[in-house]
Amino acid sequence: MSIIGATTGELLSRLERGELTSVELTTAYLDRIAQQDDRVSAFLTVNTAEALQQAADVDRRRQAKQPVGLLAGIPVAIKDVLCTKGLKTTCASRMLANFIPPYDAHVITQLRNADAVLIGKTNMDEFAMGSTTETSAFKITRNPWDLDRTPGGSSGGSAAAVAAGMSPLALGTDTGGSIRQPAGFCSVVGMKPTYGRVSRFGMVAYGSSLDQIGPFANDVNGAALLAQVIAGHDGRDSTSVNAPVPAYSQTVNQPLAGLRVGIAKEHFVEGLNPEVEQTLRTALQVYKSLGAEIKEVSLPHTSYGVAVYYLIAPSEASSNLARYDGVHYGHRAEQFSNMIDMYATSRGEGFGSEVKRRIMLGTYALSAGYYDAYYLKALKVRRLIRQDYDKAFEQIDVLASPASPNPPSKVGEYSANPLAMYLEDIYTIGANLAGLPGISVPAGFTEAGLPVGLQLLAAPFEEEKLLRAARMYELATKWQGQRAAL
Amino acid sequence: MDYTTIIGLEVHVQLQTNTKIFCGCSTKFNPDNPNVQTCPVCLGLPGSLPVMNRHAFDLAVKTATAINCQIARFTKWDRKQYYYPDLPKGYQISQYDLPFSHDGWLEIVINKETGEKKKIGIIRAHLEEDAGKNTHDETGRGHDSQVDLNRAGTPLLEIVSHPDLRSAQEAKEYLEELKLLLTYLEVSDCNMQEGSLRCDANVNVHIHRDGQKIATPLVEIKNLNSFRNVELAIEFEADRQYRQWQQDGMTFGAVLKETRGYDAVRNITVAQRTKENASDYRYFPDPDLVPVTIEEAYLQNVIDSMVEFPAARRTRFIQQYQLSNYDAAVIIDQGVVFANFVEHVAKICGDGKQACNWVTQDVLREMNDRKLTIEGFPIQPPVLGEILKRVNDKKITIKSGREIFLNLLNSEDLSTISVARIDQIIQEQGLSIVADSGQLEAVIVGVLAKNAKAVADFKGGKQSAVGSLIGQAMKEMKGADPATVRELLLKKLAE
Ligand SMILES: [Zn+2]
Repeated sequence: MSIIGATTGELLSRLERGELTSVELTTAYLDRIAQQDDRVSAFLTVNTAEALQQAADVDRRRQAKQPVGLLAGIPVAIKDVLCTKGLKTTCASRMLANFIPPYDAHVITQLRNADAVLIGKTNMDEFAMGSTTETSAFKITRNPWDLDRTPGGSSGGSAAAVAAGMSPLALGTDTGGSIRQPAGFCSVVGMKPTYGRVSRFGMVAYGSSLDQIGPFANDVNGAALLAQVIAGHDGRDSTSVNAPVPAYSQTVNQPLAGLRVGIAKEHFVEGLNPEVEQTLRTALQVYKSLGAEIKEVSLPHTSYGVAVYYLIAPSEASSNLARYDGVHYGHRAEQFSNMIDMYATSRGEGFGSEVKRRIMLGTYALSAGYYDAYYLKALKVRRLIRQDYDKAFEQIDVLASPASPNPPSKVGEYSANPLAMYLEDIYTIGANLAGLPGISVPAGFTEAGLPVGLQLLAAPFEEEKLLRAARMYELATKWQGQRAAL
Repeated sequence: MDYTTIIGLEVHVQLQTNTKIFCGCSTKFNPDNPNVQTCPVCLGLPGSLPVMNRHAFDLAVKTATAINCQIARFTKWDRKQYYYPDLPKGYQISQYDLPFSHDGWLEIVINKETGEKKKIGIIRAHLEEDAGKNTHDETGRGHDSQVDLNRAGTPLLEIVSHPDLRSAQEAKEYLEELKLLLTYLEVSDCNMQEGSLRCDANVNVHIHRDGQKIATPLVEIKNLNSFRNVELAIEFEADRQYRQWQQDGMTFGAVLKETRGYDAVRNITVAQRTKENASDYRYFPDPDLVPVTIEEAYLQNVIDSMVEFPAARRTRFIQQYQLSNYDAAVIIDQGVVFANFVEHVAKICGDGKQACNWVTQDVLREMNDRKLTIEGFPIQPPVLGEILKRVNDKKITIKSGREIFLNLLNSEDLSTISVARIDQIIQEQGLSIVADSGQLEAVIVGVLAKNAKAVADFKGGKQSAVGSLIGQAMKEMKGADPATVRELLLKKLAE
């Protein structure tokens, strides 16, 4: 039985039975990266030496029958937006090209405590701004299912790493769909937890009120296990919620009786690719066959979502990225004439064009005279959007939709038209604006063989229900077992 | 020159917490070791997040309550955005439209003799984080500027007054009263040298001309690092504005608010270059911090645990110890430790007035002469109180009390100062007042017998002869009360 492509559960049981060591397993993934990443470009940093050391350490403790963590010996790839102590964390930006954090993000501490192996740092859109992983300052990640296409973004490196069998698990971050959309594009499982479920401490901020860290895996069980490891209260993040974390991995295989699956009539809009729509309808049939009830609900403020998102996220980003000024760390221009020029030149050289575009958008929206009309109004509409979901979840358990309206784009397709790229976020940003958990599971392929994802959303802190509903679907379909042929 | 100076003050006070407002770093004043009291949060490293220091918030609410502010039931944090090297995040976490407190007042004494008071309105008090400190090359050789972030993230309370102050003297009184209150509350050490209390003054003048009031343009004076400088700067600035108006006739609103710095060496204010983009800070609510809601029970607890304020204590001292406005002010204005000292002495000796007199005269004089603080004064209340108690109980004379006080103060070994030592000195030097009139009478009879000539002189009409007789009697009976000796002696002579 192959290591590459196996699920996390399979790998763990082989490790536990002693059929496999973590060093063997980690070596297999490192070899896979060495063989395939020239073409996929999922990784920015491969953490070879430390990963092998972590693996050896877990092996030693496992052989000595010492207690080990939930992810003992399992490689996890880390989006390069999460701070790793002593390991370069670049946010795929020239600005932080040489930044080595002196501390671990909370989720990294959780991974270390669970004895996971940190296999490397993955590529992303610069500062998580983008939906294609093309705005990275260093490389363009390719979709393992079609190397001419993007893996989605901004967590495209993590999604592609899992899809290409270069890591069984990965962490991503999701501000407007940056986990769920690339998961759909790469035919892997990706989950965004409820806002506040996972500590943001050590995640380089994009849109602070929207950002969440979440798992990628090649099956729902793997995602459940990784989610369980990273979730929980952390006093260092004021928005982290102090609520018990259910053992998702223990319950994920239990089907839900009387499941109510909702669809929003506002989601069937012009611009929804017919093949993607058909995939969703087929998925609903699967749920019906499993005994679920399908209910139509209304989310009347859906059409404002993109506008609201592209005011709030850039506004917060314009402020969050002000610290990259060349004074204390990060890129500083070689040549400048005075202090203001040092700021301007350092930032001008350090940031790419998509980051600059969003900083300008946000700076404008927060400026005196525009604040009320843009930012404040966006906050009000955000509340209405949240109310839409609150109302919907009184009638349904999960809301089903495509992860994105179209299959993966060709590399370069959106370079001249960022607005078209922004509009691709319509199904995912609602969960960020409302703080809801969401998951994307593989739901089939277009005729051209491009992956399509099914997105499920649930009410806040209903991750357990969400994972069980996703697992029901996964077990009833064949998509999970499909692997990209590289 | 007929004008009124109009002043509003913005005071920044560092709150006395052990740790910074949004991280666990120390707030110690440590200018010699730059950037050692820092962490990812106060360095503004990528991914770091602020967590509110509950203690800083408690101190802020305590202070705002003491300056009679309304405490908001809901308050939030905002980002004030501007670029400066001492501001590592590119924004300062502050409070914009919903400060935790607003609309208060502070009463100041504008006449120490009469005790006349005036209420100065407070617009708002809000919490924010301090920035770091930039050091520039002063040699003119163009070396790099340096940034020390030890101070970055220290909790600051900004207290903004209404323009209710009408003279430089009033501004100084306001600052002194505020400082006194803050130290009484133990919320700040108010050390201006270390920057724990900083002040900006908004100044203009109202010129009275032909029954009309003409207001000059508003000026904000920065860089005021002592109360004396606040006074001098305002005096200079008011006069400058008056002269400026005579030249150009510019009035309030005709130009934007100007920022001027105070040059203490030349005693002038100098126009400063305004910060670029300073007009638009693009405030917005900080998404990394949750709003704070304040419960009634919490506020009640703050009120219940409040200490007596200086103003209330002044009033009480006047009544309880029959002090003048002036004397009460002298005691209270010395600070809480000094006032506590007085009260402690009063409690032991049982005579408040006596305690006040001694501490404000003898103790204060010796403190000044010997350059001592009240905390370091060698004779602390338990001992001083016992000296005064003996005076009150007529066991020793007030003169003997002073002798004992000085004797103790001049002890070679200050650790020997104790109540037991008082009684030892009384014993050694025979300072006990002799209440036994029989014993005294015997001494006087003896003195009269030995001084037949003086007795004869006195009886012959020479009144002054009695002086030497009293002197001799006193010499033999050290602790005797001179008045008693005199009375008894005259009685004997009259027999
Ligand atoms: Zn710190």
